[in-house]
Amino acid sequence: MRWTIALAVLGFTATAWAADVGEIKVVQGAAHLERGNARLPVKVGMPVQESDKVVTGTDGTVGITFADNSLLSVGPSSVLAIDRYVFDSTTHAGQFDSTLSRGTLAVISGKMVKQSPDAMRVRTPSAIMGVRGTEFIVRVD
Amino acid sequence: MGAFVVVVAIGLAVFLLRGPHNETVVVLPSPDGHTGTVVVQRGETRQVLDQPYATSRSGHNEVEQLSDTEVRQSFGDTLQALPARPTAFILYFVTGTDELTPESKAELENILSALKDRPLPDVLVIGHTDTVGELIVNDRLSAQRAETVKGFLVEIGIPAARIRSSGRGEREPLVRTGDEVDEPRNRRVEINVR
Repeated sequence: MRWTIALAVLGFTATAWAADVGEIKVVQGAAHLERGNARLPVKVGMPVQESDKVVTGTDGTVGITFADNSLLSVGPSSVLAIDRYVFDSTTHAGQFDSTLSRGTLAVISGKMVKQSPDAMRVRTPSAIMGVRGTEFIVRVD
Repeated sequence: MGAFVVVVAIGLAVFLLRGPHNETVVVLPSPDGHTGTVVVQRGETRQVLDQPYATSRSGHNEVEQLSDTEVRQSFGDTLQALPARPTAFILYFVTGTDELTPESKAELENILSALKDRPLPDVLVIGHTDTVGELIVNDRLSAQRAETVKGFLVEIGIPAARIRSSGRGEREPLVRTGDEVDEPRNRRVEINVR
């Protein structure tokens, strides 16, 4: 019994670590993260996980640094979903897929795109963007 | 009531003509002047954006060009929210010690003032030595150099928990040399911040 609990705790810690793929570095105005059914107010220093959705109000902006040094910012009145984020810090291999369903997104791509040009994709309702080592902006009105 | 219906009808017509979304993609030049590439696939249409401020809009087949001013005006608030870019510094040491060279002492002030206002920095501090002396002694010296630099960063208010420091001894020279070579460029600490 004691072992089961120990293992469960160990397993939980391991997943908690593995799940953090980035960190909130900048917050202004109203913004929250949707994680499963939870709605978490965004704070500087908060970890970001795969499957999180970043939602900003009319005065809200959020800046996030990811494990591979990809930098993202989400502008006002936006919804951005982190669909998939995997990064191997040894090989720099990875995959970063996100969807901007409305609002504005700015991106400075990171190490995984340097390693493999097809590692990063951004979707919008009508398009899909492939990223080759660059900085860019996407807006969906 | 009649006016309302007209407004709704016009709104609907505009909506249908424009499609459900008006989408814009703009490629920006990096501060170093380099511009990368974004490939926009929209149904059957594929646009390659590889020039500074090259712009793809839904419903337009041609790649357009925005000006720097237009980009700042339209997207300034979002660009403002981008986290600070990762950056790296190197400090050099007097031979066999954890004391900075006079040049690096002066440089330290610039580095510290650049880091002081960074919100919630993640810092990696790695110490190195040249190949003079024994491996094990250099391992200790490199770790001591890293600890000393970590101390400077903690002093200006960066939480110790956000600084990882380690020593690599003489294993990762900046300049490759034989054993027992006094090489000032290898007696260093690298600071990576993001």
